[in-house]
Order: sequence, then C-alpha cells, then structure tokens
Amino acid sequence: MDVIKVKNLTKKFDDFTAVDHISFDVAEGEIFAFLGPNGAGKSTTIKMLTTLLTPSEGTIELNGHDPVNDSNAVRHSIGVIFQDPSVDDELTAFENMEFHGVLYGLSRKERRKRIKELMEFVELWDRKDSLVKEFSGGMKRRLEIARGLLHHPKVLFLDEPTLGLDPQTRNHMWSYLQELNKTKKMTVFFTTHYMEEADRVAKRIAVIDHGKIIASGSSAELKAQTRTEYLEDAFLALTGKEIREEEGSTLDRMRIHRRVRGR
Amino acid sequence: MKTIYILWLRQLKRYIRSKSRIVGSLAQPLLFLLALGYGMGPVFQKAGQGNYIQFLAPGIIGMSIIFTSIFYGLEIIWDRQFGFLKETLVAPVSRFNIMIGRTLGGATVATVQGVIVFLISMLVGFRPVSFPLALVAVLFMLLVAILFSAIGITIASLLDDMQGFQLIMNFLVMPLFFLSGAIFPLQNVPGVIEKIAMFDPLSYGIDAFRQLLVNISHFGLMTDLTVLVAVTLFFLSLGSYFFSKVQI
Ligand SMILES: Nc1ncnc2c1ncn2[C@@H]1O[C@H](COP(=O)(O)OP(=O)(O)OP(=O)(O)O)[C@@H](O)[C@H]1O
Ligand SMILES: [Mg+2]
Repeated sequence: MDVIKVKNLTKKFDDFTAVDHISFDVAEGEIFAFLGPNGAGKSTTIKMLTTLLTPSEGTIELNGHDPVNDSNAVRHSIGVIFQDPSVDDELTAFENMEFHGVLYGLSRKERRKRIKELMEFVELWDRKDSLVKEFSGGMKRRLEIARGLLHHPKVLFLDEPTLGLDPQTRNHMWSYLQELNKTKKMTVFFTTHYMEEADRVAKRIAVIDHGKIIASGSSAELKAQTRTEYLEDAFLALTGKEIREEEGSTLDRMRIHRRVRGR
Repeated sequence: MKTIYILWLRQLKRYIRSKSRIVGSLAQPLLFLLALGYGMGPVFQKAGQGNYIQFLAPGIIGMSIIFTSIFYGLEIIWDRQFGFLKETLVAPVSRFNIMIGRTLGGATVATVQGVIVFLISMLVGFRPVSFPLALVAVLFMLLVAILFSAIGITIASLLDDMQGFQLIMNFLVMPLFFLSGAIFPLQNVPGVIEKIAMFDPLSYGIDAFRQLLVNISHFGLMTDLTVLVAVTLFFLSLGSYFFSKVQI
C-alpha cells in the first residue's frame, strides 16, 4: 500500500516554479530519501505534503487524506522535523517537549515517560531546565529530533535532520529511526546532503533538480543507471557539478558558503 | 481544551521571563500619567472638569491594554520568523483553537499590565469610587484585551515580517489611542472628532472603565458592553479566518 501518493505536484512562487509537476509514491513502512542540490525544491515539497503550503497544481494523498481539504486528518498522521529551527528559545528544553506532547494529545503519563526517554537518548536530560536560547546549534538540533520522535506518527518527515550533528548522534538517531520503522511500520521520508547516509538507510531514493524529479529507484539502481560506484558520484552525474546559488534564498546561500568553506 | 491551555501558558511564561519588556512597557504609562496628569491637571481643573488624574487614569489603563494586546497578537510574526509557528501549524490542532489559545494568552498578559497600571495610578493619586466596581472593571479590561489581541492576530496573519510593525503602531494603534477619548472628554470636542471616536472600539472600552472606576460615562455602560462584545466576536471570526489561511 502506498502511504504517500503524489501526482503532478507543482508549486509556483509568483512566476518562479519551485516544484514542477512531480509525481511519486512512497510505500507504507518504506524509508524514502529525497535528494537534490540546494534550491531544488525539497523543502517546498515537504511543506506541501505537511499542509503548510497549498500546491499550485496537482494532487497529494497522505495516508488516504488530502492535505488541502482534509488537513486535520493529515496532521494526525504525520510528524515533521524541519530544516530550519522551530524551537521556542524562551522556553526550556523540557517545556518545548511538553508543549509538543500536549499538542499531539499524549496523556500525561505517556508524555513524561517518553520525554525522559528521548531527552536521555539525545543526552539533554541533564539540561532539561535550561532555556533553549542557551543551547548550541547542535543541541537545539538534538532537541528538535527528540521532539519530532515524541509522538509516533504514521509518516515521519525529516528535512536535513542530521545537518550540524556529530557522527555519534547521527548514527544513534538512525538506529532509533530504523527500529521505529521496523517495529511500528513508521514510514520515513527524509532529505539529506550526506550521500553515504542516504545510501545506507534509504530503501528508495528520488533525485530532484530544478523542481523536477530526474531519477528514482534504489541506490543500486541509481548507481547502475549512471555507471558509478558511489551514490555521491551518481548524484553528481545526475545533477551536474555547478553550485546552485542563483535562485537560493539568503539562508541557502549562507549554507552553501559554510559548506564550501568547510571543505 | 488542553491545547488551548498550553498555548496560553506558553505566552504567560514568555511574558514573565521578559523582565526588561515588562519594565519598559510600564514606563510609558507612568510617563503619561505623570506628565499629562500633573502637567495638564491645573488647566483641566480651571476649565471646570474636575480632577484630571481621576479622568486620565482609566484612559492610560486602556492605553497599556491596547499596546500590550496588539503587541502580543503581533508576536505571531516573530514566531513565524524564528520558526516556532511551523511547530504549531503542523500539529493536529484546529486553527481556531490555536487562535483562541493565543488570543487568551495575549489578553491575559494585557489584563495583568492593565491591573498593574491601575495600581501605579493609585500611587500617583488615583482613587476608584468603589472596589467591587473596580473588580467589574477588570472583567471589562479582559474583554478589551481579547478584542485587541484578536485584532493583532488578524493583522499578523496578513503580514510576512516585522517591516510593517512601525506602520501599524503609527497608523493604527496611536490613532486608536489618541482618538478614543483616553486623554480628553468627548463631550466638548468638535463634531468630527466625536464621530471618529464613535468608530473607535477603544472609546467604548475606556468609557466603560470610566463608568466603573470614576462614575463618568459618555455612551453608557450597556452601549459599551454591546459594542465591545459585537466587535470582539467580529474580530475573533475574522482573525481565525485569516489565521487559517496562513502559509509558511
Ligand atoms: N516562500 C518562497 N517564496 C519565493 N521563493 C521561494 C519560497 N520558498 C522557497 N522558494 C524558492 O524555491 C526554490 C526551492 O526551495 P526549497 O527550499 O524547496 O529548496 P531545497 O531543495 O529545500 O534546498 P536546500 O537543500 O537548500 O534546503 C528555491 O529557489 C527557493 O528560493
Ligand atoms: Mg531545504
């Protein structure tokens, strides 16, 4: 059964087309990677799937519901870890978790138990009463990940979840997710710029560039299609080598610079 | 219910933690009370209008309520910029409940500010006619605060960033305050000003405060209540409509 069905999905910002007639399906219980260069349209697609943006054209079915007309049913089925920060700096780490747990209707007992478990998991339990504005970037990210896992959604969206995380936390997070994926049949839809990560965990991959899906299949299929040995090379063969910054927002640009300088 | 409560609680926590903002937001009403109260007092008295502090204090309470509640309504724009709004908007909670939770949060904060200003004005010589009626006045403060929080949220739903903030302050909040009869009686003003004041919902709020605190009224308490409730319901509906259309 397909838990996500997307047909001809399009998003235009004024006359700029960020997502251009894409179609794909994600099966229930699948771990699906959505890859593409900066500004390709990944986050825009996720925002449409998660009811935050209305598509200009096309249809979406998420767990059998339409995000536009039946947004509440969709929101009941999903969890989202956003690319950009989304914690409240003026609240403590614990209060951020608690806020989330209440919004998602977890009972008090369940909430307390899972909050403790997850905050220990991301090693923030001893900092639970600190205001989030005192956290480092990586700590905020870990908090967001813990928060995203607090309720167990049918489909979990992760937009570059591992950006800025150390390898320990990254591995830790993925084994937790794979466990949830196995035991709860939770579908995972994620984006990343770390190709070896996609290679390792994704069952299926779609590559998007300039708003269009240019390839999809398993990692092995993509490598075979491009006659390459590593997913990174396959990705470069598919999307070209020039850096995409012309259309990127300031944030995109900052991140590109950071990454280029960091090399 | 629980979701409305947690949204409300969040705004209260943010308020209590912003010490500098609390102090800052109390300095302005205090300045108005002292400068206007003592500066204009003698003139007011000479014109046969009685004690100006008695007249002014309800107006300044109204001022602090409208400023605070619009400000907390507009906080949605910050939440959007700092990303927290997304967290609320993907949650399985109806937009109407989110809107109500935030409105009540902002309104509670504004009412607390109003009560603090009330106490401050007592320090500079203000005396309400009766304390039981002053308690009823607090209920009216809450009503006025809900009204302007809803207006703040309505506006915030239509704006993308803080660029428009000064514009709103100068072209909406300031005129609403100055033309509401907060600092002068509406009895003897030129007809145009009186007409404008009739279309300013804050006029009715301040009129109600005055009726209950110092027993002076221009419109009458029933009119005040009717207008305030009607306008509040209108902006709650309008606000939740626009808020439900917010995209990120
Ligand atoms: N609100 C908006 N208004 C106008 N243009 C936008 C808006 N949001 C995104 N875009 C544009 O749409 C394109 C796709 O952006 P999107 O954020 O989906 O990219 P992405 O694939 O997530 O990139 P990244 O890897 O940098 O996160 C970009 O060119 C971006 O500038
Ligand atoms: Mg993105």
